[in-house]
Amino acid sequence: MSEAKSELPSQRAAADDLQRYEQLWAEARQVHGVSLGRDAWRRLRRNPSAMLSLTILVVLSILAFLTPALPLQSPRQVETLRSFAEPTSEHFWAPHLQTPSAQAEGTNDEQWAAFWRDVDLKFGKLDAIEKLLLQARVAVFGPYAIGSICGTDELGRDLLSRLFWGARVSLIVGVVATLVSLVIGVSYGAISGYMGGRVDNIMMRLVDVMYSIPFIFVVIFIISILSEDSIKAWLIDHGIDRITIFFFLVGAIYWLTMARVVRGQVISLKHEQFVEAARTLGAGRMRIVFRHLVPNLFSVIIVYLTLTIPRVMLFEAFLSFLGLGVEPPDVSWGLLANEGVRVITPVKIYWWLVVFPGIALGVTLFALNFFGDGLRDALDPKLKNR
Amino acid sequence: MPDASTTPHAAPVESNGTSPLLDVRDLQVHFPVRSGWLGSNNAVVRAVDGVSFSVGAGETLGLVGESGCGKSTTARAILNLIPPTGGEVYFEGQQIAGLSEAAMRPYRQRLQMIFQDPYASLNPRMTVGRILSEPMRIFRLHDSRRRRLEVLRLLDIVGLNPRFVNRYPHEFSGGQRQRIGVARALAVNPRLIICDEPVSALDVSIQAQVINLLVDLQQQLGLAYLFIAHDLSVVRHISDRVAVMYLGNIVEIAEAQTLYRAPKHPYTQALLSAVPIPDPKVERQRKRIVLEGEVPSPTKVRIGCPFADRCPLADNDCRMSAPPLVGTDHRVACFKA
Repeated sequence: MSEAKSELPSQRAAADDLQRYEQLWAEARQVHGVSLGRDAWRRLRRNPSAMLSLTILVVLSILAFLTPALPLQSPRQVETLRSFAEPTSEHFWAPHLQTPSAQAEGTNDEQWAAFWRDVDLKFGKLDAIEKLLLQARVAVFGPYAIGSICGTDELGRDLLSRLFWGARVSLIVGVVATLVSLVIGVSYGAISGYMGGRVDNIMMRLVDVMYSIPFIFVVIFIISILSEDSIKAWLIDHGIDRITIFFFLVGAIYWLTMARVVRGQVISLKHEQFVEAARTLGAGRMRIVFRHLVPNLFSVIIVYLTLTIPRVMLFEAFLSFLGLGVEPPDVSWGLLANEGVRVITPVKIYWWLVVFPGIALGVTLFALNFFGDGLRDALDPKLKNR
Repeated sequence: MPDASTTPHAAPVESNGTSPLLDVRDLQVHFPVRSGWLGSNNAVVRAVDGVSFSVGAGETLGLVGESGCGKSTTARAILNLIPPTGGEVYFEGQQIAGLSEAAMRPYRQRLQMIFQDPYASLNPRMTVGRILSEPMRIFRLHDSRRRRLEVLRLLDIVGLNPRFVNRYPHEFSGGQRQRIGVARALAVNPRLIICDEPVSALDVSIQAQVINLLVDLQQQLGLAYLFIAHDLSVVRHISDRVAVMYLGNIVEIAEAQTLYRAPKHPYTQALLSAVPIPDPKVERQRKRIVLEGEVPSPTKVRIGCPFADRCPLADNDCRMSAPPLVGTDHRVACFKA
């Protein structure tokens, strides 16, 4: 530090200095600061329940992503003979797919064509990644699949497989819809809070008005409009399926609370000196909001995010329960639970149809909540123990 | 970079006739206070009530006064962080008071500020490198590679290790953070830096370091400072001229030496008599002028001298009309001076 004073750079010495600073820059890259995020991560790691939840969520996400590559039965193939089969370990490892090598006749190409026809029947339309994963499955497990250890439903479909395929939909709905709500809510709330005055007033009154609308009606209303035949045909032509609409609809509804939370935080932050400092530096409004304020809201946003995902998943389950969410033959956990409850009769309860989807949904929601709590503790500067 | 040959201790602007770098004329900042039912009683806090002064190129003007007398509000109003209610501010001969954010921007490059609290004035989510390169990015100075090197140079100038460019503000001590604040103000090569109590949040030993840094920088870069403080000895050390504020008004403004040796306004006299002297013998003989009463409410509309209520010399004249700031080099707002 002491050498700094003696060689304060003037224009003449600038060239030498530049070289020296290039060198210093190379050294400086070795020194990394401890960001607040890294600090929070350190504290999070000490929280066993949060870490357990995180592990569960990560494993769940990976499994959901890899579902096509797992040796599971078809989630949609109807076999009425097996209707309401109880959980069993029989046929634990039985051939299920018509893989090319398992077929007796035809050339290689014909065998593959037959295989894909079979897949189309058993798994519905798959995208490129799913096809790739399925090919990996055939390469690893061959034609085999795990038997119905979780039982089957009314139409004889394997529940285990349906749970896995349903996880894909449920998790994606939760994450994507929450991200949509995040983008809308954070921008809206931050701008409203920072602008203040009349703009803020109008923007927040709009939120109040939207709050007062019972959004279940709105969703039912919009979904029934979109289910009308001509509109549905148009949507299918343009490659928009019901799930995509669902993401945006739910996201567009759940941003309200996020906007309020973010606005409050921005109002308390905008009188901080570093915001004033940014203003004296000539930073524009958008730069201040999105470069200075929003990064300081990360803790609030992340925590709120982990609490919104379960709400959205529950909402999806609820709508599927009402028959307005995911449409068969697609599955989601909500839909599965719905089907399970529907077939309960005084005569016989097919417990596995309720219990397994319930466990899946419950564990995920618990994990998300515990993880959210852990994150909040880790990010809360008041509990900071440095 | 401004010409470094400018003498930092230039003569007061009024006497050599050149136009001052910053000229504040009759600046007023009033805050409305709503009270009563539905805000029917609209009182007004006169935080700054007609302040005039000027700062020449390369000069340091100290601005002192007790808490709540409107020093910081004056600084914020000059920078248009708070819209001024009235008056004019000329920077480099241009009127800047009340300009819109966009119109103000070009001036911000030459008019910077150092903040009081080094813990609150740096964004905790940005590395030091990003904090220092942001002003250059805003004003589109240099290309990205040059900016990076410039950041290291700035750290060097303010006496911090450039290797710590990727660290976060919370990893530095208060004094180091204030150095980062100084470096940030320097990033765009300003001509005038408004220092809003830059050392009052620091330990005394660190205060001296930061003050000396500011003095060094002034000599090297020819900066002008508007130095706001409530610590009289700090102001004496750094200032060419000193202005004393009381209740939103400037009561006395003079060369630092003159003001400290022969204060004319009774408030300045009382203020200076409160400074302890680091010599026990002299200290024992120091006579303190203890003021009666309290600072009156700034919401009240006053006719007479703002200091009249507490002034030992006040008479009826003082209560009937406010004394103007008169004089050439040593200006004072008092009928009795």
